[in-house]
Order: sequence, then structure tokens, then C-alpha cells
Amino acid sequence: MSLINYSSREINVKIVYYGPGLCGKTSNIQYIYEKVSPDTKGKLITLATEMDRTLFFDFLPLELGKVKGFKTRFHLYTVPGQVYYDASRKLILRGVDGIVFVADSQKSRYDANIESIYNLHENLADYNLKLDEIPFAIQYNKRDLPEIISVDELEQELNPQHSPAFEAVAVKGDGVFDTLKAVAKSVLRNLS
Amino acid sequence: MVRTNWKVFEEDYWAISTTIQELLKNSNATSVLLLDKTGQLISSTGDPPEFDMYSFASLCAADFEANAQLAKLIGERDFSTLYHQGSNESMYLARVENNIILVILFDKRTTLGLVRLRTKKAVDNLETVIRQLYDKLEYENEELNEFGEDFAAEAELEIDTLFSD
Repeated sequence: MSLINYSSREINVKIVYYGPGLCGKTSNIQYIYEKVSPDTKGKLITLATEMDRTLFFDFLPLELGKVKGFKTRFHLYTVPGQVYYDASRKLILRGVDGIVFVADSQKSRYDANIESIYNLHENLADYNLKLDEIPFAIQYNKRDLPEIISVDELEQELNPQHSPAFEAVAVKGDGVFDTLKAVAKSVLRNLS
Repeated sequence: MVRTNWKVFEEDYWAISTTIQELLKNSNATSVLLLDKTGQLISSTGDPPEFDMYSFASLCAADFEANAQLAKLIGERDFSTLYHQGSNESMYLARVENNIILVILFDKRTTLGLVRLRTKKAVDNLETVIRQLYDKLEYENEELNEFGEDFAAEAELEIDTLFSD
């Protein structure tokens, strides 16, 4: 799924943030964009509606620097969370190297999380991929809000395979880098 | 076959570079880019663009894929070429094999007809190179993989440095 160019000595990998609408996928990317140093990041592309809902995807290229002589880049994508945009989600998963599932911890969004993770399984199956074969991390977002579901309960329903899981408040940055680091390391371990 | 995981080796890279440089010259275009359908930039030539090439490549791939879905809805396999006309700068996109997209940026110093003609020949050349590359990957052995434990350890250090609040 990654592109390894032996001539220009470059490795490009693709990490996709998945999850239900308004769970905080774009907030994750925006926080990363704000915090990483200017010389390591490219332009943040956002294809959103006038209401700031992701229409197609957000895209952020990050340059890791040279690892064993190879310039390594991470391409971070988010998918549109709304059920309606399934065709777009499927396209963005093409060539994915690692996935972050951002779950919305609020009780009112419990069903939306389940629907979204099932949708992820279905869309991966279209590319003959299985979630447990891909570097994967899950983020339980919005832990600062009232009326939230316990992490144990979320784990049971969304993460039965016990992939790395992180509690987060993405708008404040809590847990954002921990989640990204876990999946990024797992992707690069997969290459070696 | 939909290939999403692949590698470009030295000799293939030079064959690709030569073809896109020839296309740039023969068509009088301003820039030529080659990318895969996942939005990864493989090679580029021509005027150094003022925009972020990696973002540009991701949008081109999305553009091409969105149009391929539209094509399917009207009963076509996909649109093998796309043309976006601007008042000064225009773009021509062409599918190469199944997984590669060739993007030609051009201005008023040339014409769509010439770009289209030269692109067709370049696509034929690139398809030959890409097919050879695929064959090579089919027979790829472990020795081609230069990454070992050291790579993972070094990469993890870099990740910790880059991704911090």
C-alpha cells in the first residue's frame, strides 16, 4: 500500500482517520497541523461544505525526515463521516497503510460509532482487506463532555481485537499525538 | 488487478523520467506529473510549481476517482482522460494501466490537440514500463527489502521527535 521509491529514496505512507460524522477527525488533523513545525508539514487541504462538514476529505502531508537514507512521508487523510458520503469514504481507503478510528464518546452517538465501524469493515472488504491485518488504533474522543459512555463499554463494542486505544479531547489536543504515534510506528514496523 | 502496494526501482524510475521529460518537451507543456491512484506522487518534471505538489497529487487522484465513479453510474468503465480548462492554465489527466495517472499542466503556448496527441504516445510507453515493473514485483524476493529492525527503531525515534505537543 505504501509507495517505496528506491531511486529517489522516498517512502510514502497513507494513514486514514475514520469515524462517524462530527466525531473529531478533522479536529485531529487540524491540531497536528498547528503543532508540527512548519518545515515538516505541507499544505492542509480541506474539502468541506460551507458548514465546515467534510465533503470529500482533509489531507495533510507530513515529512518525517530521513530514516536509513529514505525520506519518509506520512499522508494523513480524513473521510467524510456522514452516512451519505459512503462512495467518498471508499475511495479514500484505497491504498491505506494505517487507520485511526475516532469514536465519539457521547451516549447519543453510540449507535453512530457502531454503524461507522461496521461500514469500515465493509469498505475494507471491498479492497480484500481486514481490519486486524492493518495497523490500527482507536481514539475515544470527547472525554471531557458530560453524558459519555465508559471506555470499557466502548472497547467491548468497537475494539474487541484490543488494538491500541487512547482517550482524547481532540479540540484541546489531548491524546491526538499519542494516537498518531501508535499508528505511525505500527505502519513503519510493518515495512521492516 | 488492482495494485496498491508497490515499489519503484532505479531503472524503472529512469525509464519513467525519460518518458515524461520527452512528453514535456514535445507537447510544450509547463509541468508533467505521474502519480498513483492513491494520490502518491511518483515523478514530476517541468517548471517547479509554486503549489504543494503532494497536496496537488492527492487532489488529482481524488478528482480522477470521483470521475471514475461518475463514469460507472452512466455505464462506462471509467473516463480514461479528463480535461480541465482554465483561462490561462489547463490540465489534462490520463490513466496509465489501471493504477497510475499522468497529469499534464499547460498554458497558451500549446494546444489541447497537441497535448492529447503527445500524451497518447507517452501513455503507451509508460504502460510498457509499468507492466515490466509489475512483473518484477510478482517475482520480488526478500532480498529486495532493505528495511530491517534498525529501520523500525530509527523510525520510532523520528516519530517521537516529530509528533509531540
